[in-house]
Amino acid sequence: MPENKIIDACNTFCPGPLMELITYMKQAHVGDTLELLSTDEGSAADVPEWIHKVGHEVVSNENVDGIWHITVRKIK
Amino acid sequence: MKILIVGGGTGGTILANSLSRRLGREIRAGKIELTLLSASDRHMYQPGLLYVAFGQMTADELYRDEASLLEPEVDFHVDPVEKFVLDENHVVTKSGKTYHYDILIIATGSRVVPAEVPGLAEGAETFYTEEGAVRLHKRLTEFQGGTVAMVVSIPHKCPVAPVEAMFMLHDFFNARGIRDKVTLRYQYPTNRVHATSNVASWAKPEFDKAGIEYETLFNLKSVDPVKQIVYSEEGTEVKYDLLIAVPPHRGMEIVEQNQLTQSGWIPTDRFKLTMNGRDNVYVIGDATNIPVSKTGSAAHFESEVVTANIVARIKTGTVSPVRAYDGKVYCFIEAGFDRATYNAFDYVNLPPLKPPSKSIHWFKMAYNQMYWTSVRGLL
Repeated sequence: MPENKIIDACNTFCPGPLMELITYMKQAHVGDTLELLSTDEGSAADVPEWIHKVGHEVVSNENVDGIWHITVRKIK
Repeated sequence: MKILIVGGGTGGTILANSLSRRLGREIRAGKIELTLLSASDRHMYQPGLLYVAFGQMTADELYRDEASLLEPEVDFHVDPVEKFVLDENHVVTKSGKTYHYDILIIATGSRVVPAEVPGLAEGAETFYTEEGAVRLHKRLTEFQGGTVAMVVSIPHKCPVAPVEAMFMLHDFFNARGIRDKVTLRYQYPTNRVHATSNVASWAKPEFDKAGIEYETLFNLKSVDPVKQIVYSEEGTEVKYDLLIAVPPHRGMEIVEQNQLTQSGWIPTDRFKLTMNGRDNVYVIGDATNIPVSKTGSAAHFESEVVTANIVARIKTGTVSPVRAYDGKVYCFIEAGFDRATYNAFDYVNLPPLKPPSKSIHWFKMAYNQMYWTSVRGLL
């Protein structure tokens, strides 16, 4: 059964939101979705760039009240 | 009142000494018992491993007897915990003893797990262990030319160490007079040359100036030690003559075996530093899952917060925290053999780095010795 995990990386610089996402992605199973919460403007572009390069899927990417909610799915 | 600290690394030792100083009278009067359990009778200054790899320190310089670092009021035992029974407020140790507590602090740290990456243990050198740093130094002194590649696994402690190592490699091979025969290649998991944007903004032009090549979005997948090729999750590969790796890290086996972790780390409130769902259990240092660097510096600042809150509980009966951890971290960054800068930040502030200077480098050299004062809770 695919799982949905929320990663709260708001107000954090080191190791930072993308690093947090990569860490959890390594441990996720194919089909799982991960929702990254980030206050870092750069995440909106950085996360999709990595997701496309590595071959996973961006499900949604939106800013709600100053927090980026970026949902991705592990494909392989 | 029984206070029990599990783990004799930087965080556990500073906390034990700080609590001992603040609560000395109560401990001597028998009102409080302060116990520290550790798996080792020795204490290692882990940042020194980088200097061992470059022949600037020897491994024996990194150690002190743990007992010699502790205040006399700390009841210290080398007896690793095997069982955490949090519902009954006690732990059971390897020797079979049971230690009850009113307040527990878990400071068990992290470990490297190179086996998580196929071929890494066989194909790569590392400066994240004593044995690895000593061997890497030998390899560096024997290296005659070719490609030295750095790869970085995540999660890992001391996030600036791979950047520091690249600048030190540049100076090391310059000093040996063979820099022109060595290609330095740096591979990093995120879009920039460092996860923290201020470090990345500073390091990228410095890499360019030093002729250090770099590839970003390179997440380590596997190593072929025979072909001497390292592969990324993103589908790229790098041929190397000498591979240096920052291995992946996890929390210690004992906390995983006791099912205290999620994904290898203990779920912890990032401000209160209490274990989620347990108001009388604090977690500090690498063992937590809080989104902050896994460094001795973070463990140090966290121990100050936990000290203040435990002392307030005891002396004033204040159950609500009197101090919150603000994510404060201070990391020196060596920019080679004779200059350094530093990164000081918290959860919401990330100022740009200062230009590297000799004086900051020499301050870091001094800190390598001052650490022993720091860990005693004096600095």
